[in-house]
Amino acid sequence: MIPAHVAAQGAGVPLSWDLAQDIRQLFEFHFMVNAFRAGTVVAIAAGLLGWFMVLRSQSFAGHTLAVAGFPGAAGATLIGVNPAWGFFGFCGAGAAAIAAVPRARSGTQGGGFSEESAAIGTVQALALACGFLFITLYRGFLNGVNALLFGTFLGITDGQVWVLVGVAALIVVALALGGRLLLFASVDPDVAAARGVPVTALGVAFLLLLGFAAAGASQITGSLLVFALLVVPAATAQRMCARPAWSIGLSVGIALVVTWLGLSAAYYSSYPIGFFVTTFAFAAFAATHLATAVARGRRSRQAP
Amino acid sequence: MTNPLTGIAHMLGHPFIRYAFFAGSGVAVAAGLTGYFLVLRAQVFTADALSHVAVAGAMAALAFGFDARLGLFVATTGVALGMGLIGQRGKPDDVTIGSVFAWILGLGVLFLTIYTRSRSTSNSTAGITVLFGSVFGLSSSQALLAAVVSAGVVGALLLVARPLLFATVDEAVARARGVPVTALGLGFLALAAVTAAEATQVVGALLLLGLVAAPAGAARRLTTRPYRAMWLSALLGLAAMWAGLGLSYEVPALPPSFAVVAVAAGIYLVAAAAPAVRRSARRRRSRATAAPATGSLELDSQAAARTVM
Repeated sequence: MIPAHVAAQGAGVPLSWDLAQDIRQLFEFHFMVNAFRAGTVVAIAAGLLGWFMVLRSQSFAGHTLAVAGFPGAAGATLIGVNPAWGFFGFCGAGAAAIAAVPRARSGTQGGGFSEESAAIGTVQALALACGFLFITLYRGFLNGVNALLFGTFLGITDGQVWVLVGVAALIVVALALGGRLLLFASVDPDVAAARGVPVTALGVAFLLLLGFAAAGASQITGSLLVFALLVVPAATAQRMCARPAWSIGLSVGIALVVTWLGLSAAYYSSYPIGFFVTTFAFAAFAATHLATAVARGRRSRQAP
Repeated sequence: MTNPLTGIAHMLGHPFIRYAFFAGSGVAVAAGLTGYFLVLRAQVFTADALSHVAVAGAMAALAFGFDARLGLFVATTGVALGMGLIGQRGKPDDVTIGSVFAWILGLGVLFLTIYTRSRSTSNSTAGITVLFGSVFGLSSSQALLAAVVSAGVVGALLLVARPLLFATVDEAVARARGVPVTALGLGFLALAAVTAAEATQVVGALLLLGLVAAPAGAARRLTTRPYRAMWLSALLGLAAMWAGLGLSYEVPALPPSFAVVAVAAGIYLVAAAAPAVRRSARRRRSRATAAPATGSLELDSQAAARTVM
């Protein structure tokens, strides 16, 4: 299925000057079409949940859930089941473990937050250590580790795409039903709790969904670079626009553009996709920060 | 292995085990002490970022033909000081830290690709070593350097422990009393960066969070007194390191960095569960003493209820 010249040098197809022909060539192979399908689905899910993650300042938890995909995939390969089971199983378990730690309250001084972060850090280190154990036990696998950690777009099957579509549909439906309540509970937990919103239950459900989104995204960008799709588009969007609906839309849009550009660049060059996705995402982030800083400086000069 | 003492003596007969214990002990104590302050200052996420920067730094050094250690120290210290300097104007939030280190790690991937390409053989073990450490592969000079650097970190940290604690617990008051809060914060970040670079060689960049977060979190669960918790954190880190290394020697299937992190996580779990167990035991005991008194005197059961609370 993967053409020999692509497999041999890990992509790296010559680029011509004819844009239309380049795009046609991009979709010439079935594996590349699948990569775009999977990337699109993953970017939508990551852009949506990443937005809420940034709003709730749970980046550290999100990062931990993302790396939990690595032991999942390694363990599944070790016992010989479909990696998807490992991805979603471990990310779900990681979400449950983090949910068991009492959530720090922003009002309390120091203690609560540091306690939570120490627990999350321990979960993360343990997850990565388990992944390392699994790949050591499964000897022949060592060459695939880099793909697992840093992402690959080669060899995504139709089955994987359908699994990703199912998970993304679950996330979209869940957010459509509970998004408003989650927004309320994230922005002002005390008032939300007083109005009868189940704040704790929503937090746990959110972590589980975040785990699923991270598991899906780590199949494209690799476990270590999921963050590029989860946090950076959301952070950029929140910087650009304060209204929730517009901002969420922007977050998804940036995630999509970054994924598509990253896939195309990785296809035409010989460097890994993880590098391109993170670089494009960070470029958007840095540009937005620069633009808002310049705008603020101009406004403050005009004001007096 | 009937007599455990001869077993340990036999284990320490191997030079590579001695080097591992030597370097590992230093790194564990340094990480335990640094970790306590990182947890107290709510900077565990910063340590997470530093571990990813360490990967990129080592890969960059390898790609351009330098010693990996040079890249480790330069990258972690540089980024730590950069974060500290930004933090003076407005504390960099988690999102900014996360975005920056995601990109730096992306650069690390690029360097890893350049490195593996340039070596023509598809040799990816260098990447694995940086990510997951190779404590049993340390040479005597590497072990000595690791121990000396760790001793330096521990010494510097003990020197500033008191003002740093003051600045951490109540920054405003410390500043008013003339404590150089900003300089302390920067210096501490630099120490954390050196610890991260050193720990990368022992347990690997991805697992150093286990040595930093787990013992410190456990120590904070077990005691609220700062100095006792600080030493307890170093001690628990050391215990995890020794137990992990020994376990990995006994069971060769377990890689040493996994064993160390697994023991550290186990210690944290026990420490987190201990207060709850103690509380329920106390409740059971007070119920047992309260049981015969229920019929006789109301005052007694009230006193028992008070002890339960």
